Amino acid sequence: MAQIQPRTSGRKAVRYGIPAAVAGIAAVTVGLVPALASTGSPDLPKISAQELVEKMAASDTQHMSGTVKINSDLGLPEMPGASGGNGKQGGGLFGGGPHGDERDGGERGGDGKKSTAAPEDKLMEMAQGEHTLRIAADGPDKQRVSVVEDTSEYSFIHNGDEVWAYDSRSDSAYHATAPEGTSEKHRERGEKMQKGLQSITPQEAAKQALKAAEDSTSVTVDGTAAVAGRDAYQLLIKPKDAPHSTVDSVRIAVDAKNGTPLKFTLNPKGGGKPVVEAAYTKVDFGKPAADTFRFKPPKGTDVTEQKLDDRKHREHSGKPEKSDKGARPDMSGLDTLGKGWGQVTELKAPKGALGGMPGMNGQDGKGGEAGQSPQADQLLNSFTEEAEGDFGTGRVFSTRLVNALMTDDGTVYVGAVTKEGLIKAANAAAK
Amino acid sequence: MSHADLVGRDGPDGTRTAVPVPASAAQAGRERRRQWPLFRSELLTTFRRWRTLALLGVLAVVPVLVGIAVRIETAGGGSAGGDGGGGPAFISQITNNGLFLVFTSLAATLPFFLPMTVGVIAGDSVAGEANAGTLRYLLVAPAGRTRLLLVKFGSVMVFCLAATLVVAAFALATGALLFPVGEVTLLSGTTVPFSEGLLRALAIALAVAVSLTGLAALGLFISTLTNSGIAAMAATVGLLLMVQIVDTVPQLHAAHPYLFPHYWLSFADLLRDPVYWDELLKNLGLQGLYTAVFGSAAWARFTTRDITA
Repeated sequence: MAQIQPRTSGRKAVRYGIPAAVAGIAAVTVGLVPALASTGSPDLPKISAQELVEKMAASDTQHMSGTVKINSDLGLPEMPGASGGNGKQGGGLFGGGPHGDERDGGERGGDGKKSTAAPEDKLMEMAQGEHTLRIAADGPDKQRVSVVEDTSEYSFIHNGDEVWAYDSRSDSAYHATAPEGTSEKHRERGEKMQKGLQSITPQEAAKQALKAAEDSTSVTVDGTAAVAGRDAYQLLIKPKDAPHSTVDSVRIAVDAKNGTPLKFTLNPKGGGKPVVEAAYTKVDFGKPAADTFRFKPPKGTDVTEQKLDDRKHREHSGKPEKSDKGARPDMSGLDTLGKGWGQVTELKAPKGALGGMPGMNGQDGKGGEAGQSPQADQLLNSFTEEAEGDFGTGRVFSTRLVNALMTDDGTVYVGAVTKEGLIKAANAAAK
Repeated sequence: MSHADLVGRDGPDGTRTAVPVPASAAQAGRERRRQWPLFRSELLTTFRRWRTLALLGVLAVVPVLVGIAVRIETAGGGSAGGDGGGGPAFISQITNNGLFLVFTSLAATLPFFLPMTVGVIAGDSVAGEANAGTLRYLLVAPAGRTRLLLVKFGSVMVFCLAATLVVAAFALATGALLFPVGEVTLLSGTTVPFSEGLLRALAIALAVAVSLTGLAALGLFISTLTNSGIAAMAATVGLLLMVQIVDTVPQLHAAHPYLFPHYWLSFADLLRDPVYWDELLKNLGLQGLYTAVFGSAAWARFTTRDITA
């Protein structure tokens, strides 16, 4: 009965060695390959920072397609009731008044979380976590951005006069067109519309960062890197003489051949993970297929129509406008204090606008707070901090990058500066 | 002499006896042919079991129930899954196209139902024979332990495919009966003809079946460790549940890419235009790795252990 007898024990160890070896090799490969891939710094001719910036500015990449991975960790507090929380996150990040978004959050809640495919809503989600985007562009008239999600996808398609957005999760679409004869005006609008989603591509982000580069900034070339299989120079941008800035450095990898920014990293002063990291994982500078920019709403899809020349008329739902500046007529004073990296934006909100904010009931803030339940108080304390100064008292809402100070008289100071910087700016403004 | 050199020959009384035969090229072909009867009988044993049929029956009921539920819910003209996109993936598209019921059903059964049935079959494959006392008779037949293990793994794989196809087929039938079918809108908003949609559905069924191979190998390995079929099944299914829970704990996200169910839902990437291959390939690699590690571990264990039952 040879079959029933087991193998001799000497061979046993050898046999068990095979799965162990397979697992070991796999572990080593998994551990080493990404490390090797990311440390590769190709040999490129030396280039000065000035030349590199010029190369970037002169870069005129018309056709491209690729995959972008975005990782953002703004350090936003986790809030119960995601709807209102999202509104607030967006407010802090995109420079809008937090009160406006808070109001919006409330309305959205009342709406029964009716989801449409409006691009503005999508932008809010991008503020936190890891996202994969697929991008295709063919000149200024044709762009497509798709947000790849688990088992769903959000597509934003701009083709000539038409802007489409399609959300496969809720099977809803958003459509905006310009009527005949206003194409020039439309273009402007269309560009504004797409700017939101485009500003998260490495190109746009790099442009924005360079715009901020004035005397207050040091720009250097810091070695080379391989991004998405292409050789790239690394541009390092650091704030100078900005003790209160929350930004430690911005790093941009620029394609050595055509000057297209391929990777954008924003590091906070506090150290740790980058606040924002957007990088191409795959990029192709060929012309994308024309089909890429064609969109026909599927049968049975819920389409929200919006006319770009008359934004107040929406066929579908009366959601408040967010991206348009005209939609915030109640914002009386918008001022910037300081400049460069230490810049703080001051918003003077009208009375009552902060009504939705717990503990921020205009002048009688203290009274309002006292009347609240202890839970609400606790919640308020968990995501804001009290602050005092010449401006009176207020509350500081902090993230890893942007901080906001809301004083009890309804003024809001927002900036990429530390809490101390905000208080200083508020003190200076109060004088 | 290795066991592979032993070729079975049916004795005059119908019992199989082991005869050592020198290995040669001509022999190899005959061996391969002789492997088929073993594989076929193994498949027949597996699929004739009431247990297997009951598992497949349960899997078939799921898409029918989902379809009927969506049909009833949307009878008044509403849309399924609420407006926020709750519920299983793709559920809001079912009312527009019945084909999406295939994807919804696979997405709904993939986390637990499908792998649970695979865990039961894989866990039982060797340990069940040991438990019933038939394993040593199988080994008396001159198939060799390695080949017997391969046959066992092959039949578990066939079950993975069969289970997936049962879900897909019943979902397709239900979807076609209850909802309109026609041009398919992919996740990217592109519309493709129904025939391409069907092809993609088939590709998805295959991708789901392949997703289960890692678990099948793991179950087979556990099955070689014990003589109790129930214990092996319970251990496999328990391990599956544990890994699925670990996969949802955000604090352990560093370990997530190495867990076999982590990329399971990547089959949805086949519905994008163009197809997004990154995670599909990662899933394939991960399943291959699990199969290699636990398959060879099962082989090491099975070829060296004492078979007492």
